Amino acid sequence: MSVKTNIPPATKTFDPARRSFLGSAVAAGIALAPGVFLYGIGTAKQVQARSLDEAASSSVRWGMLIDVNRCDSGCDECVTACNTENGLQGHGRPETDAQWIRKIELRDPASGRQNSLPVMCMHCEDAPCVDVCPTGASFKRPDGIVLVDKHTCIGCRYCISACPYKARSFVHEALHDQKTHAPRGKGTVESCTMCVHRIDDDRQPACVEACNSKGGGAMLFGDLNDPDSEISKRVATYATQQIRADLGLNPGVRYRGL
Amino acid sequence: MSVSRYAFAASAVVLAGLAGLTAATGDVPYPDIPKGQGEACVADTEFMRRNHMSLLMHQRDETMRKGIRSKQHSLKECIDCHAVPGSDSIAITIEDPKHFCRLCHDYAAVKIDCFDCHASRPERKVVAEARTK
Ligand code: HEC
Ligand code: HEC
Ligand code: HEC
Repeated sequence: MSVKTNIPPATKTFDPARRSFLGSAVAAGIALAPGVFLYGIGTAKQVQARSLDEAASSSVRWGMLIDVNRCDSGCDECVTACNTENGLQGHGRPETDAQWIRKIELRDPASGRQNSLPVMCMHCEDAPCVDVCPTGASFKRPDGIVLVDKHTCIGCRYCISACPYKARSFVHEALHDQKTHAPRGKGTVESCTMCVHRIDDDRQPACVEACNSKGGGAMLFGDLNDPDSEISKRVATYATQQIRADLGLNPGVRYRGL
Repeated sequence: MSVSRYAFAASAVVLAGLAGLTAATGDVPYPDIPKGQGEACVADTEFMRRNHMSLLMHQRDETMRKGIRSKQHSLKECIDCHAVPGSDSIAITIEDPKHFCRLCHDYAAVKIDCFDCHASRPERKVVAEARTK
């Protein structure tokens, strides 16, 4: 893994020479230190579906890559899919209605270039919401998904203030007929769960699925820790950005073409 | 009045700490709890009456914190098996005093908030026929 993190950003673009260098490094490693096998680098880490009674593992880090060039400003299939999947209904008060994913429009005043992109919980490695939570309700699962344990959430909303991405909502009214897989209730904070109930079932988040079937195919979901996953390959090949990377939170959601 | 009902009433009385009331007199109204679907519960019925809350709390943390989604003690599964059809064969919600989780709690003066968030009936709302295993 150290190989991966030590790559300076400038060399992240695809470089066949580097690939072959890595290949020979593996061989050299085995030759130089008998008994130490660098299988982790050389061989594909099999991402197998967990069984139902197996805990989420920290060998995985779930993430998303959003290709902004493929995201249409008129399209909000991801938002609709999220609302449907998680039973989010508006009360006609956009200021306070729950919103787990939203579309934003960016315009560079200098060039006039416009972008449209979805923003949701960035599933930060060093999540400020987790830091400030007084009850431990905001937490990060071993596989990198940042969640609210609503059983321990007291609704203080510190996390809402702490989140630089405005990703969290507060449930202001009593709810009825929630989805069985997405319990929600008055007085607690909530945000994108990356559709953790789907991930645990070996499926894709609802927004990603909808983007690929009905939208522009801009969203890719996968394991950032697995060098052979499609998302890791793309992140290793193309220039991608994290929003507010300067904060050093290492979000699990990345963008291309911002 | 079946023998098992006597046994239930007695344990509920103990659980709720309603000392002084004896179901054996037959004067005490006690809930007529709808039977779950299928042959048996996920554990011995007697054990479930006393310990279902511990199983649920444990499962809650396992699922929430670790992503363990074994079915046996999942609240979703309790709700599925213990769905009670209303007059229109649509499963009733916790609003209805005859809901499996409510009948007994009302009787024993237990208050839970689980259904502020959790759906109190299965996603498939029609529960006319018995759940097949
Ligand atoms: C496979 C279907 C099934 C599932 C799943 C299930 N139950 Fe049951 N449960 C039953 C049946 C059937 C009975 C009645 C057994 C009997 O009559 O001895 C029962 C009985 C009970 C009783 C005792 C009711 C009484 O009459 O006193 C309680 C309490 C209970 N279940 C709670 C739960 C809880 C809590 C869960 C989830 C953790 C759950 N059950 C999951 C089928 C199920
Ligand atoms: C404020 C909202 C809220 C309340 C109140 C609440 N839960 Fe939950 N519960 C959740 C959320 C959110 C999840 C996570 C769902 C997921 O990841 O699939 C969950 C998951 C669970 C799970 C694991 C999923 C399942 O269906 O088995 C159990 C068990 C559970 N809760 C039990 C309880 C019990 C028992 C109570 C009442 C004492 C309760 N919860 C009250 C929000 C709530
Ligand atoms: C057989 C009667 C009975 C049935 C049916 C029943 N409960 Fe209970 N439950 C009780 C009793 C009695 C208590 C209180 C025990 C105590 O205080 O020691 C209790 C307590 C609880 C608690 C803990 C409450 C607290 O504040 O500690 C939870 C959670 C709970 N039940 C969930 C459920 C759910 C969910 C169902 C439906 C699937 C259900 N129960 C069905 C009798 C029942």
